[in-house]
Amino acid sequence: MAIRARRYADAKAQASSNTELLWWVFMRVSGLVMVFLVLGHIYMNFVLIDVSTINYTYVAERLSNTTWKIYDWLILVLAMLHGMNGLRYVMDDWIRNPARRFATKAVVYSLAVLVVIVGSFSLFNHDFSKDLKQAAQTQGSVKP
Amino acid sequence: MQVTLKVMRHDPAKNAKPGWQTYSVEAEPMDRVLDLLHKVKWYQDSSLAFRRSCGHGICGSDAMVINGVNQLACKALVKNLGMLIQVEPLHGLPVEKDLIVNMEGFFAAYRSVKPYLINEEQPPERERLQSPEDRAVFDTSTKCILCAACTTSCPVFWVNGSYIGPAAIVQAHRFIFDSRDKGLRERMQALNASTGLWRCRTAYNCTEACPRGIPVTKAIEEVKRAMIYDRF
Repeated sequence: MAIRARRYADAKAQASSNTELLWWVFMRVSGLVMVFLVLGHIYMNFVLIDVSTINYTYVAERLSNTTWKIYDWLILVLAMLHGMNGLRYVMDDWIRNPARRFATKAVVYSLAVLVVIVGSFSLFNHDFSKDLKQAAQTQGSVKP
Repeated sequence: MQVTLKVMRHDPAKNAKPGWQTYSVEAEPMDRVLDLLHKVKWYQDSSLAFRRSCGHGICGSDAMVINGVNQLACKALVKNLGMLIQVEPLHGLPVEKDLIVNMEGFFAAYRSVKPYLINEEQPPERERLQSPEDRAVFDTSTKCILCAACTTSCPVFWVNGSYIGPAAIVQAHRFIFDSRDKGLRERMQALNASTGLWRCRTAYNCTEACPRGIPVTKAIEEVKRAMIYDRF
């Protein structure tokens, strides 16, 4: 097909790529994976322990383990990608003015990136095991 | 019996805004909406504009919104519609006059999926043969009459007219699932675009709207599957 596009949007529409196909597959796969990840999360925080007695020590204990860090990070990233792509579908469908669509996407994507960065930092840039040791020490010193 | 026919009229050359016009028409229960439109045009108001060619549900010229549902005027019977019948032009396409819409974008989408046999191989002595079983795979898709009832019932097409639309995907299905055709990759270019197949949100409006009974959404899902299997 000869290139007849005069605007960037037209060129993008005519360009041949599998991006949309891959996103479509990602939505199915990530949705299914998240069902099990979140069920596991619910089991750990609502069944193994009473949600009214859950405290920082319980969470810090779990998050001092790298496996659970990656587990939680997967939920964060998959949920954000899955949700944001769904929102992208909605924005592409409903915001018809190209300038307004660009602006809305810029704001939404920036917020999404910010959420992922803050979430990743709080998971990986904090030493939960140190907290646990400190807690144990203070508890030990209080005890006679 | 007397039937009230409400028609959404619009002449962009005269009025900026469309508006309803009501006609009282003498009708039999087995009359079609097309007959009512003829009675209005021939005996009451010759300025009424609408398309029709064969009048027997084959040419696909007279698709319109009848009582809120996309139908062919030549297949919609008065006995099924009641005493008040509302007729509007198809939604999502620009109105040229009254019930006539501009189909240019619709046919551009149709052309973009290359609705013809693509096979570069040397044809055999007589013809490319196909078994009845292979023919049956895409049988329903061959029944499309390009009336645009499905595409103009699609909510994604309403809000964003650049979507390729169900009719074009059904046409792609007709050739992609033809055992003699080798053009999947070529058709994927239009179907894989950001305005293509993956915009489908399976609202099922198209399946309900099709006057030929084509399971449109099923065809769309089959094309999605064919493209994923080609990729992975």
